[in-house]
Amino acid sequence: MKDVQNPTTESEDILALAARWREAGEEVALATVTETWGSSPRPAGSQLALTLSGRMAGSVSGGCIEGAVAEAAAETIRNGRPQLLDFGISNERAWEVGLACGGKMKVFVEKLA
Amino acid sequence: MTPAILHALATARAAHRPVVLATQIAPPEAAGAQLLLPDPAAPSDLNSAASAALAADRSQTVRIAGRDWFLQVHNPPPRLIVVGAVHIAQALVPIADPVGFAVIIVDPRRSFASPERFPNVTLRTDWPDEALDALKPDTRSAVVTLTHDPKLDDPALDRALKSPAFYIGALGSKRTHAARLARLAALGHSQSSLARIHGPVGLSIEAVTAPEIALSIIAEIVAVRRGAMIGTRAAA
Repeated sequence: MKDVQNPTTESEDILALAARWREAGEEVALATVTETWGSSPRPAGSQLALTLSGRMAGSVSGGCIEGAVAEAAAETIRNGRPQLLDFGISNERAWEVGLACGGKMKVFVEKLA
Repeated sequence: MTPAILHALATARAAHRPVVLATQIAPPEAAGAQLLLPDPAAPSDLNSAASAALAADRSQTVRIAGRDWFLQVHNPPPRLIVVGAVHIAQALVPIADPVGFAVIIVDPRRSFASPERFPNVTLRTDWPDEALDALKPDTRSAVVTLTHDPKLDDPALDRALKSPAFYIGALGSKRTHAARLARLAALGHSQSSLARIHGPVGLSIEAVTAPEIALSIIAEIVAVRRGAMIGTRAAA
């Protein structure tokens, strides 16, 4: 069992894992839910860590936007520029990536330097 | 995110120090700037927004001086203080940990509260009232008594009722619980105060085994913490 004297919460797990991947030489991006409206499944603060090599941990939704976030993360890793992604009914991409829950959300994507 | 920020955040978390990671997310040309708050060098508006977010335990976006900041709250884990190093306590540990609770087991009976029975768990072998005086349950603490022994459970419940713990639960049948409430009333606790105790502890799922009872207790704690209707069933 892991160290329960210093138990991990979800976000620490993701951050610690992302840091370990970075130390191991991976190119890593971190996606964080910054705002939600309606029936979004994951609250603000939820995180998804991704690597250019295809590793993934955590979540920013029930799974419906992770693919689109992964594409944006690869772009952010390559050019170093953070992005604020907007998913929702007002955005035609919502249908494309299938935010079927009807919620709206913003996701900030940054590179781990 | 820079390695320096990541390291500072990991250090604060390991020390159980509440911090907020503030990330500027708009306008786009300034996006990505980060601060760890509280920081005396940061703008006071940002520091006070961070302390409000910590108090509400809610990550959120705020607009300050025309810039959008995302405030990610990193509070220390909520605590689950378990009085009674019994079989159900052993079953609670592996469920409470992934749900995000730091578990502390209190039992002066060293044969129960042994590291062999509770590897890697914080154990206290002082008397429950002394242990609770030292632990000072706060609004992010749950207290559960499992010993079935009034000598151990009652002093713990007495101290828990005098604390702002968000959840108090006591193992025992309805009859045991009625007797317990009468004893605690004799100690001067009012009916409304006693109504804070969830007893019999746990959601009513006809739990039989220790892991099933542990599951019902954790489910009830989550329900109360998140404000679910089922969590307000309360206490008789």
